[in-house]
Amino acid sequence: MLTINRRLFLAEAAAAMVAAPAVARTDRIRLPFDNGERPLVRMPQKRPMIALTARPPQLETPFDVFNEGILTPNDAFFVRYHLSGLPTEIDPASFRLSVGGHVQAPLSLSLSDLKRDFPVQEIVAVNQCSGNSRGFVTPRVGGGQLGNGAMGNARWRGVSLKALLDKAGLRSGGRQLTFNGLDDPPMDSVPDFIKALDIDHARDGDVMVAWAMNGADLPFLNGYPLRLIVPGYYGTYWVKHLNEINVVDTQFDGYWMKTAYRIPDNDCHCVEPGQKPDKTKPIGRLNIRSFITSHKDGGKVRAGRIAEFRGIAFDGGSGVAAVLISSDGGANWQEARLGEDLGRYSFREWRLGLNLPKGRQGIHVRAIGKDGATQPFTPLWQPAGYMRNVVEAITVEAV
Amino acid sequence: MRISALALLAAAGLTSASVARSVSYEIPPETIPRDLSQPDAQLVQANCSGCHSLDYLTTQPRGKGAQFWRDAIKKMITVYGAPVAPADVEPLTTILEARFGKAPS
Repeated sequence: MLTINRRLFLAEAAAAMVAAPAVARTDRIRLPFDNGERPLVRMPQKRPMIALTARPPQLETPFDVFNEGILTPNDAFFVRYHLSGLPTEIDPASFRLSVGGHVQAPLSLSLSDLKRDFPVQEIVAVNQCSGNSRGFVTPRVGGGQLGNGAMGNARWRGVSLKALLDKAGLRSGGRQLTFNGLDDPPMDSVPDFIKALDIDHARDGDVMVAWAMNGADLPFLNGYPLRLIVPGYYGTYWVKHLNEINVVDTQFDGYWMKTAYRIPDNDCHCVEPGQKPDKTKPIGRLNIRSFITSHKDGGKVRAGRIAEFRGIAFDGGSGVAAVLISSDGGANWQEARLGEDLGRYSFREWRLGLNLPKGRQGIHVRAIGKDGATQPFTPLWQPAGYMRNVVEAITVEAV
Repeated sequence: MRISALALLAAAGLTSASVARSVSYEIPPETIPRDLSQPDAQLVQANCSGCHSLDYLTTQPRGKGAQFWRDAIKKMITVYGAPVAPADVEPLTTILEARFGKAPS
């Protein structure tokens, strides 16, 4: 149902824009796929980031950042919104998180209530966009054309959702929890961004409501003042500006669960390129991935001496068991040393010294999870371009 | 395309939980991407920019043909209720296909 006047709507939309300047002075970056040129922009609390879209804001982390450390700095953490009706003002004193629906005693919690009345916990976890790396998908699919920078790893601080639900008291018959934030649709006909989790998952003790990341309040564009943390799961569930949790006694059938963010319901979560799946289900856990961060594709190293390579690996919560590196295009593999273990949901650093002979050398990286899962050599394909996790490779020239 | 930084009006409130000040920001001014700035693209500007910036269009993969754009427009109408007149669907498709639908040379 439309609640706005179309002519007024169009007039306002046109008035909101100004003509592009004759000379664009923005720094630009080229992601390595067709039509991958992007401006680097500065948003509040952010260093220059790769801009995908302006309204709503979508920012990708420049890949160099992942070589700075195992935690992704807040000012470089990626940003993804669905709805352009972002809040423009949030008063932390009057902000309330409600927990209601199928509960015995609905809660309305201020930020100070949350910080005072429940055990505070921290967890290091990767947040990765379902469509991270979509720009590399072949054949190309529509949607946000991202490089590999729609992911980040942070130490999240908050309270477990379980503690909130224990206080509210679940009534029998509850099946799912729904999560809504302060961001609204631009028109009433656009479905509000509401996500759902099964009750058992929501009560696992790891799912959290967080107010801080890496020791500081959440940046506005990462969900200030609260966001849902769903360790091991794709970012679509990590609802930002979280202010409403409801227990429902049915399977929630909102658009963003029932229609969007669906993956093929089969073992590989894939279909032949160009095909449609017979059956789908909501996207869930991250699959396993690994990257080389120390060297860029096309970079140079000294031949005949040890060059140290490093990077990151992660999965959906089984933990990284091993990272294997090949410097001969995939024929032989060596095991890398793993860095500090910040928990099974975190990036895990890997390092390996390689003595490369002169010439162009293909370096591949492949991780193996504690659950035995590994990455495919041939990319798996989905119509929406989710869950890319092919073995990554770069070519370096040893001189 | 130029995007101005959002004006952050109360940075202190963002960085310290103890400072209970209201936190606000402004929506950045937007520019029309060069590929959609011509007079014959005004129909796209008028119909698409109500809900999102036009970089949603210009960053899409090239060479996907007319049907890719027709499907995208129809999804905006049927799924999101975009107020696009039925008579505008084909003219919009034609404009977008001409600019973005052809394979890169």
